[in-house]
Amino acid sequence: MFGYYLDLALRSLRRNKMLTALMVLAIALGIGASMTTLTVLHVLSGDPLPGKSGTLFYPQLDPQDMDGYEPGKEPPRQVTWIDGMNLLHAQRGDRQALMTGGAVPVQPTQSGMDPFYSDARYTTGDFFAMFQVPFLYGRGWSASDDEGKARVVVITRTLNDKLFAGKDSTGQTLRLSDTAFRIVGVLDSWRPNPHFYDVNMGNYAASEDVFVPLATARELRMDRNGSMDCWGSGGGDEEHLETATCVWLQFWVQLDSPAKAAAYKDYLVHYSQEQKSLGRFERPVNVRLPNLMEWLDINKVVPGDVRLQTWLALGFLLVCLVNTVGLMLAKFLRRAGELGVRRALGASKREVFMQLLVEAGVIGLAGGIGGLLLAFLGLWLVRRQPSDYASLAHLDVSMLLITFLLAVGASLLAGLLPAWRACQITPALQLKSQ
Amino acid sequence: MDILPILSTLRRHKITAFLVIIEIALTCAIVCNAVFLISQRLDRIHMQSGVAEHELLQIVLTDIGVTKDEKARTLTDIAALRQIPGVTEVASVNQAPFGNSSWNSGIKLDPKQRVSTLNASTYYGENALQTLGTQLVMGRNLQPDDYMDFDDVVKAAAAKDPKGIPKVTVITQTLAERLWPGQGALGKQIYLSDYPITVVGVVKDLVRPSIFDDAAAKFSMVFPVRITEGQYLIRTAPENRDAVLKAALEKLKAINPHRVVLKKRSMDEMRHDFFQNDRAMAGLLVGVCVALLVVTALGIVGLGSFWVAQRRRQIGVRRALGATRRNILNYFQTENFLLATIGIVVGMVMAYGINLLLMVHYELPRLPAIYFPVGALLLWAIGQLAVLGPAMRAAAVPPVVATRSV
Repeated sequence: MFGYYLDLALRSLRRNKMLTALMVLAIALGIGASMTTLTVLHVLSGDPLPGKSGTLFYPQLDPQDMDGYEPGKEPPRQVTWIDGMNLLHAQRGDRQALMTGGAVPVQPTQSGMDPFYSDARYTTGDFFAMFQVPFLYGRGWSASDDEGKARVVVITRTLNDKLFAGKDSTGQTLRLSDTAFRIVGVLDSWRPNPHFYDVNMGNYAASEDVFVPLATARELRMDRNGSMDCWGSGGGDEEHLETATCVWLQFWVQLDSPAKAAAYKDYLVHYSQEQKSLGRFERPVNVRLPNLMEWLDINKVVPGDVRLQTWLALGFLLVCLVNTVGLMLAKFLRRAGELGVRRALGASKREVFMQLLVEAGVIGLAGGIGGLLLAFLGLWLVRRQPSDYASLAHLDVSMLLITFLLAVGASLLAGLLPAWRACQITPALQLKSQ
Repeated sequence: MDILPILSTLRRHKITAFLVIIEIALTCAIVCNAVFLISQRLDRIHMQSGVAEHELLQIVLTDIGVTKDEKARTLTDIAALRQIPGVTEVASVNQAPFGNSSWNSGIKLDPKQRVSTLNASTYYGENALQTLGTQLVMGRNLQPDDYMDFDDVVKAAAAKDPKGIPKVTVITQTLAERLWPGQGALGKQIYLSDYPITVVGVVKDLVRPSIFDDAAAKFSMVFPVRITEGQYLIRTAPENRDAVLKAALEKLKAINPHRVVLKKRSMDEMRHDFFQNDRAMAGLLVGVCVALLVVTALGIVGLGSFWVAQRRRQIGVRRALGATRRNILNYFQTENFLLATIGIVVGMVMAYGINLLLMVHYELPRLPAIYFPVGALLLWAIGQLAVLGPAMRAAAVPPVVATRSV
């Protein structure tokens, strides 16, 4: 029966090409626009570390003085050197890392290559294991390298390709900021989206190319990048950052079970109370422990423009659907005579209804294919935009499936009312008027 | 034209009429808000910077390794840059308009205040105002004996020594008006931490390097602080910019090759880059508006054609009973006008509702009243254009149709 309905649908659609084209175009435009924006939203609000993000937490403490105190206000979004080091050395989590962004001059020894600046991350040993960073060659550095301020460096595949033509460079020397570093590891391609561990560097920025132990970077006074908030007499003077009353570091901790997370939060409360009794903290205890996805929400990493575009596209789809409902209604009612004959020959209301829905589904499928092409075009346009997330806008398999489901579902929904209305035709009346 | 017969016909085609109304209403609501968003973006893109944009070049350098004696080297750099033919002013600064990376500070009006009144951007650099080309509207410019070295200021702040902190500042008109509405700003004091600073001059405009909030885009202050960050602003006539930039880079490299150039660009390029996202968003909104209007118009054409085909016999009967072609044409035009009007009224209410939502979630201002009549005219026009084709076809129906059985 389905095959027969399909045949009828195609015949009917062919009969009035203009109207069919109009309906398919309307659905295709609506679906194309919606899928483009939904894909961007999907990519941008994705989980950077699926399966792992639930165990990663970002502790927030409030070490500020009473100046500007308002109860219930969110604690600073970064930590001071003292607190960061205390939490790091307490080792209360399964893994933990303290970090900040920076930029280093890379001085290639290869002839004909000028020195250039590269974005860097100054961090501690657990960073790589905690964030499941893949290594192409070698490995990260150890806790003793952190303690000993070792001149070791991990570089990305991109930089390794540039400097060593992709060969295993571990053990080789790399000159950074007039200092010789030993390469201990080369990362495989790694670009977590969003750039969750430090949202000051651009929410969807590419990963840094150079990773250096934090203590080493500080000892060599390597350039620091990112945001810094100070209070009291803290002036953000680069020489005395270790003692300054400024927050400028990010601290991440891995806690493998909810019980451990609860225990860690208790520890943070206890730590704040201790610091308060020591006179370092002045404000009432105010600690938070969001996990990775909560942290991304707090930072509103998905740009407002992208959300706005999604709503706009959905509104557009709605208009296209209303349009399609109207056109389908016109089309179905116009065939009242034909439907009357079918009913008179014994087709039940149900069968006529099914036949019309198949026709709506065919339109939806055609619209879906058109919409998909438009979505590819739309995403290509998005990728040409200047924003840092532009290069991420690609359709994946799940979005491809959703496109078709949305297109067919939407057109079936649009077909419901016209099909129902057309079923109500009284066969006798139609036959008589002929 | 009698409206009553039209209304009674529409009553028999409730669903179709309702769909047309809804489509026009949704289009009206979305287009009004989208056009408003576009105008907001355009305003932003054309924001006045208050500086001589077409005459400015920015060069940012950074040293490889730890450097000593930055102060002397900066002086050498500036002296060399000044000698380049065509260069009128040079300044070593901490930040530049539209440069994105910004230095900011909280301002208090009373040292006892616990929370800052507002946050403003802080420009440093000897000769910065002259180089930028800001327009002084009140008071005086910063003078040589006002200036202090940045390193000394940091040391004084760490030691809580008020003597080593700058005493005066020049602020923008927008900031002055926000801090002391309706009063002159000259001689007034602001407080950074606990240090009092006197406003000695007011400039017309000076935009911040990065804009988080459009209302605070021009909250800028200039302090008499000499800074040696490796960031230079060079002013020259527009036609000399390319040559000057090339010569400047060569000179700087000759003075010290052990550094890397991070940025070398004109302020026109900086403005262009700064508003890239806004331009892309405005373009996208224009695209959606056009697509929406086209889809709506095509929908009206489609439904109009259907109606005309359905009523061929009635039209034939009317023609046979003496109605002119003009009467038939007017009938369909009036019908469309009625539907569009209802759609526009509903759409305006929806537009207002969407605007309220945007005001809450995207901190947008209220939709200006002018959008309502303009939006209505636009949709009326589109409706009439779209229905013209089907209506002409209806008018062409010959009276003889009435006598045929099919």
